[in-house]
Amino acid sequence: MSDFSSQTISHIDREFIAELLGKGERLDGRAFDQYRDIQVEANVVPAKAEGSALVRLGDTSVVAGVKVLVGEPYSDAPDEGVIMVTAEMSPIASPLFELGPPKEDAIELARIVDRGVRESEMVDAKKLCILEGKKVYMVFADVYPLEYDGNLIDASSIAVNVALLTTKFPEMKVEEKELVATGKILSLPVANIAVEHTIVKIGKHLILDPTLKEEFVQDCRLTMAIDEKNNFTALQKGGGTGAMSLSLIEQAMDMALVAGKDIRRKIDESVKAVK
Amino acid sequence: MSPETKPDYLISPEGLRVDGRRPDELRPVELKVGVLKQADGSASIRQGKTYIIAGVYGPRELHPRHLALNDKAYLRVVYRMATFSVPDRKKPAPSRREKEISMVIANALSPALFLEEFPRAVIDVFIQVIQADGGTRCASINAASLALADAGIPMRSLVPAVAVGKADGVIIVDLGDEEDKYGQGDVPIAILPPTDEITLLQQDGFFTRDELLEAIQMGIGSCKYLHELQKDALKRAYVRKTPDGEPVEEEDEFEDDLETDLGEADMPEEDE
Amino acid sequence: MAIYFQKREVVVPGQLLAEGRYRPSYGTYDENGKIYSTLVGLAELRGNTVKVVALEGAYIPKEGDLVVGIITTVAGNNWKVDIGGPYGASLHANNALRRPYSDDISEYMDIGDVISAEVLAFDRQIGPFLSMKGRGLRVLEKGMLLDVSPAKIPRIIGRRGSMINMITDHLRIQTVVGQNGRIWIKAPDIASLRLTIKAIKTIETQAHTSNLTERINTMLAAEVAQLRPAAPSKKAGKKTEKQAEDEVAEVEQSADVGDETIEAVENDRDLESDMEDYLDEESETTASDDAEDESDDTVENEDVKK
Repeated sequence: MSDFSSQTISHIDREFIAELLGKGERLDGRAFDQYRDIQVEANVVPAKAEGSALVRLGDTSVVAGVKVLVGEPYSDAPDEGVIMVTAEMSPIASPLFELGPPKEDAIELARIVDRGVRESEMVDAKKLCILEGKKVYMVFADVYPLEYDGNLIDASSIAVNVALLTTKFPEMKVEEKELVATGKILSLPVANIAVEHTIVKIGKHLILDPTLKEEFVQDCRLTMAIDEKNNFTALQKGGGTGAMSLSLIEQAMDMALVAGKDIRRKIDESVKAVK
Repeated sequence: MSPETKPDYLISPEGLRVDGRRPDELRPVELKVGVLKQADGSASIRQGKTYIIAGVYGPRELHPRHLALNDKAYLRVVYRMATFSVPDRKKPAPSRREKEISMVIANALSPALFLEEFPRAVIDVFIQVIQADGGTRCASINAASLALADAGIPMRSLVPAVAVGKADGVIIVDLGDEEDKYGQGDVPIAILPPTDEITLLQQDGFFTRDELLEAIQMGIGSCKYLHELQKDALKRAYVRKTPDGEPVEEEDEFEDDLETDLGEADMPEEDE
Repeated sequence: MAIYFQKREVVVPGQLLAEGRYRPSYGTYDENGKIYSTLVGLAELRGNTVKVVALEGAYIPKEGDLVVGIITTVAGNNWKVDIGGPYGASLHANNALRRPYSDDISEYMDIGDVISAEVLAFDRQIGPFLSMKGRGLRVLEKGMLLDVSPAKIPRIIGRRGSMINMITDHLRIQTVVGQNGRIWIKAPDIASLRLTIKAIKTIETQAHTSNLTERINTMLAAEVAQLRPAAPSKKAGKKTEKQAEDEVAEVEQSADVGDETIEAVENDRDLESDMEDYLDEESETTASDDAEDESDDTVENEDVKK
């Protein structure tokens, strides 16, 4: 569980959620393997960002934006562009988020979302080279939560995906040591799409896409990134000190595989909507 | 990353600005109240391409305790720009400019608030700039005022704000991004409409004494107009609606009672 | 002398409400003989007092308030209690337990326990301090907690409990409604619970509209009829003898909770003088419309009260 040490979950809430789950129910009436209502809007920062998306997952909402800049490559990968994904837990999104530098859970959120993009090799970095060893495209995707009602990871993952998929930036080349725009507009070279799916364990139950109250009583959480070919590209168990049996992990993996199809379709639709 | 170029002129031969506006014309403004479910109060503003969301929490308990004030609430404003809100990506960590603007916004808002009502508590105002195209601190104040009212914080009035400037020798109102960057001056101003007192005033650039006073006057005038838009946005959020969403007409008979006394009810004896 | 608003007009901070010999009350301030609103709310004129009914706002405790709190810390002989709003509350063991009591008071109530309590004292410098010595105040078990905007609580309770009692009657639930915006609900099944939440959330969003009691009543009658087609709600008409007996039994069981609901309303005693204007209007309508339907109920309720 994230570090909400100043927040006390009441016995009533804890028992109530457990009781509901025992009856096969969730507070909002969802099935255990069902996502909340998802709304995605791409291109919400059209004048300044190269790509952007606003995602609502139930009452959780995040905005992601992509900036494509030109800079120097890493010395150990001189012909590759740079991709960096960050996320923060902005205090505007919840009374639980404190002001100040990111704490462990904020860093975990950022790193999980980053891994989701990086490990799937979503963006083909080799195609982001302008001049080997000197100039490459640098792609920054940053996520800002606006409302937190559980499961920032999946909401951020969807937002980053849509923002990257709808990114448009001017093609640059080096002419006589000067950076010059060719006049052509490019999209990012996307090789794969992987989306994060978060399942939490409460007692002996597994539920997909937890709300805030469900997160408060979770024993632990399993986040899985699944790509278009149903490969698992990243896995992270966290969010609590509980332990999970292998069979439960298998169950969670299967739940995520099924859920993945719908989410990828939603992403597809919102990307097409702005073309 | 699109390279920004300086426009050939800021005021055209016809006297119009780069986006076709007249010198005294504001950009299109869209204000919405109650846009965030978690925050106690919230509002969003679109002013031209500038897009900002403000969220208010409070009054609430203050951590760390040592910041608490014994006689009034502590007003804390945090102004943050998204990395992607500007053409050259802004680094994620809070910059000195953001910190200064946070303080300036707090100073602009606090004369309007009855902070004495909530000693020991904090009122947090979070401002998230999503797209920045000039005039962000003033747009932030416009949105933050509404978010504070939406949170039920008692206020003397809403606080409208606008940035006045000078371009090619002409005093212009509501600076866009290019006018801010390439113009001859920037005067952000905020007022308390019931008394016309000024709560925010900054200036950079070059103004003669008369030009500066003219700029301030224009600013006050535009603030009054923005104030009307603010009031309208707030009322719209509470328009009496039937469940179908249609506004109902005023009725003479009210069957239910709506009275509530939150806080220290001050109900003197009836005179009749 | 001038008034610048209509009855129940939504006013905004800084809006000029009145000028002249009027008295500023809650939600207003005066300057140079003019009265302005400090809040978004509904402007009201009572005699020559101008006030604004708040539509939003944090919970500021008042002596005598019934609150639903969650224990967050145990410190010596005090429990620290979260009641929402900017001021955390304290409950001293002397105000909750009979002496003698053990040194470790967490034996009686511990972190995470939910309690109904009364605000003993509060001024903005210290406190609030709570007490659990009043009738019906206790640790709440089972059920669920719902958070609503504290400004809407009087609407949820209704005049003399009319709104909340109507909901508990329709859905056969127990409730404790805290002035701090926290409501404890115990329902016989999940469907009733969801309807309770729906009704309360509807009141929350439409608190500033009129005819709300009637709308909620109608909505619940319709929904309950769908849920339990064999046992229509009171609004529909006469009941069988068996149903009537069941209802009497339920009312007896919820007597404790009924007390709490009454207490919650009694805490609004300040408001009763304000309510008199409206009281006459409504009681006439109710009496004539529902005379036939309600007559059976009235008899049964009186039996129970003995």
